[in-house]
Amino acid sequence: MMQDLAMQTLEILMNSVGAKADTVILRIRESEHDNRIDIEVEDNGCGMSPEMVQKVTDPFTTSRKTRKVGLGVAFMKGLTEQCNGSFDIQSTVGVGTTVRASIQKDHIDAPPMGDLGEMIMYVIQADENIDFRFYYTTDNGNFEFLSEAVKQELEGVSLLEPEILLWIKEYINEGIIHAKEGME
Amino acid sequence: MKSLEDLKKMRELALKKVEMREGGKDYRVVVGMATCGIAAGARPVLNKLVEETAEKDYNCVVTQTGCIGMCVYEPIVEVYGKDGSHTTYVHVDADKAVKILEEHVGKGKVVEEYTVDSVRAREV
Ligand SMILES: Nc1ncnc2c1ncn2[C@@H]1O[C@H](COP(=O)(O)OP(=O)(O)O)[C@@H](O)[C@H]1O
Ligand SMILES: [Mg+2]
Repeated sequence: MMQDLAMQTLEILMNSVGAKADTVILRIRESEHDNRIDIEVEDNGCGMSPEMVQKVTDPFTTSRKTRKVGLGVAFMKGLTEQCNGSFDIQSTVGVGTTVRASIQKDHIDAPPMGDLGEMIMYVIQADENIDFRFYYTTDNGNFEFLSEAVKQELEGVSLLEPEILLWIKEYINEGIIHAKEGME
Repeated sequence: MKSLEDLKKMRELALKKVEMREGGKDYRVVVGMATCGIAAGARPVLNKLVEETAEKDYNCVVTQTGCIGMCVYEPIVEVYGKDGSHTTYVHVDADKAVKILEEHVGKGKVVEEYTVDSVRAREV
């Protein structure tokens, strides 16, 4: 099963949601110049013990009762190994977790980026209360999306209003295109 | 090009709707979106639910959760009513999602043939 990077990243983000994080920061850097894609997910959720961090990259680890095998982290790690990349988890119980994955952008096995706007819409649909921050960087420009800035404009209206969700998805995808083209 | 300014107008519209419907939404529609759900086709289901709800102004919020825990039945959609009712729909696709919104959220009628109980009953 071949998943795009957005959907693999969604799995990592959903772990942060599951870890009861109230702040989740996603940083993605796509560089033609360095021929890399770097993805970083930082959360202030429950964190993991050093033993858990070790075990978590093993595809047979999950703390869940509903499924026997955990896949999100192991898949992401496997992908980085396949694509001349690197993978790292830093975690502290009670403080939070940072997952970093990097791959060679033009590697033959590198999946397409996929729809990041849609992915972020899904994160908000998982928990609208999370302070979610997305920073996207290319060689030509940047884009950022801050859920708290949207909430400020909405003054109490929920992010889960379907029109707002669809707007968020398109706003992000437009911002990404502009960052790639070097427009502000 | 979109900007955060757009949200002011969207806020006004949302508030008008809240006034018309007098308070919170009647239903919460939840899609299972773990890897297994995505592989089984949960994305088009979730997208369709959001688009239809926006277009037809259904009285529900559409959310997603990682794993509902019955991988073989994905895509799974759960509908929670304000009254505490809870229905689990299984093997949902975009067309079934439209029907669930129309019948269940729109008219308060459970679409029996898509529920986990009736699908299970048909399996034996
Ligand atoms: N950001 C995180 N914070 C706390 N625990 C985490 C985090 N990411 C992963 N974990 C732990 O690692 C386990 C394995 O994660 P994963 O590989 O995604 O599989 P799954 O989510 O299906 O269990 C999770 O069940 C959870 O206990
Ligand atoms: Mg996971």
